Amino acid sequence: MTPDTPGILYCNCTYAQIIDPAVKGHVLRRLCDSGKSFEAVADLCEMSARKDPALKRLAGGPGVKIAACYPRAVKWLFASAGAPLDGARTEVLNMREQAGPAVIERLLADDVQPNLPPGKASPGVAPRGQTPEPEAQTGATSAEAPASA
Amino acid sequence: MSLRDQTYLRIVLYEGRDAEPLDSEQRFQAVSRLLNQGFALTHVGGAGRTAPADDVPALVLGRFQNGLEKLAAEAASERVRFTNVSGLTDEQIVAAVESVRAEKQAVQHGGWKPWFPVIDYDRCTNCMQCLSFCLFGVYGADGAGHIQVQNQDNCKTNCPACSRVCPEAAIMFPKYKAGPINGDAVKDADLEREKMKVDISALLGGDIYSMLRARSERAQSRFSKERDSGKALNERQKCLTKLAQAGDIPPEVLMSLPSPEEILRRAGEAKAKALAALAAQR
Ligand code: SF4
Ligand code: SF4
Repeated sequence: MTPDTPGILYCNCTYAQIIDPAVKGHVLRRLCDSGKSFEAVADLCEMSARKDPALKRLAGGPGVKIAACYPRAVKWLFASAGAPLDGARTEVLNMREQAGPAVIERLLADDVQPNLPPGKASPGVAPRGQTPEPEAQTGATSAEAPASA
Repeated sequence: MSLRDQTYLRIVLYEGRDAEPLDSEQRFQAVSRLLNQGFALTHVGGAGRTAPADDVPALVLGRFQNGLEKLAAEAASERVRFTNVSGLTDEQIVAAVESVRAEKQAVQHGGWKPWFPVIDYDRCTNCMQCLSFCLFGVYGADGAGHIQVQNQDNCKTNCPACSRVCPEAAIMFPKYKAGPINGDAVKDADLEREKMKVDISALLGGDIYSMLRARSERAQSRFSKERDSGKALNERQKCLTKLAQAGDIPPEVLMSLPSPEEILRRAGEAKAKALAALAAQR
């Protein structure tokens, strides 16, 4: 593990039947068997509506790869909860459109291929084409330091 | 119950140093079950990175043998609790998590389908049409007069009507079936289509809700005079299906619309809010 390893986030879209269960099942099983650390959430939409503080820590760090749905939706779900994603360091894999093997291949790859739509980073603040400074890290939870979770 | 201001609990499934790994099937089943119950979790494996620590209470699950005391000493925090899941089935793991959640009075998930509008601020021009249109107080404006989705849980499940009045196709419902409302890229043709819908609603009097309500009431009074209730029901269903198909508005939403007087009152309120927000921008 290097300090700039991107994080992995899997959204289960628990409260809707919009993602093929075979795709979700394939991605989650392969992720569980990968030996990698990851974050898994039941439903990013629900977290966004609640402004769940976890979104800020999920958006932080040296890059993140997110298996969920359309990048435009994911971008604004995070931003409207006050946890904007860094457009230069975020890759969204779309389980509504992509096949399971394609999603998991990118999710487990060590590099990030940024694909958020360009534009503002947050509601009505930064001008188009600019992203804010990433938030300061508050200390990492890692395989070596579970207790700081 | 407000969606916000609640206590959160972070779940960590720990398979790092000083813990035995779960077997593959148990790990997958436990993770799947927790997600299906609405929990989020951090899985700590041998490699990779997880999100930073924060100050919410945490429950660390793992197959700890002799390592538990050491890990607990390292944590040195009352916020962090450890549960040894050795020998537990995945159902029992979920039950253990649920009991800590209840004890901490942390958010209970699953009571609400997260269906609500999400604004694409790269497209939004802050015209306030959505705010004036919605009768359920979903939209509001911040101090600077910028449109915001403020009361997500007031939104009518499966109703994407406000996305149809947005002239910029800036309103998404991520759980909607089709693009661009589901977040798929907006094409020029979509924009033309969206504009057309606004024109249609203007032709019908500018207030889609009043129109729908009036049609629904006309239908109701006609049905109440019907002798053959089976036939009446049939017709009613046909009419509602047509409306639902045309505007994508679920019949339950049509049926739950308030009285015409109440609609007028709420529409007036929404319009006043929109005007105030527009004035604040100047
Ligand atoms: S972000 Fe997309 S995949 Fe996740 S819960 Fe929302 S609609 Fe479903
Ligand atoms: S109707 Fe569309 S463009 Fe106008 S304020 Fe609402 S989201 Fe923005």
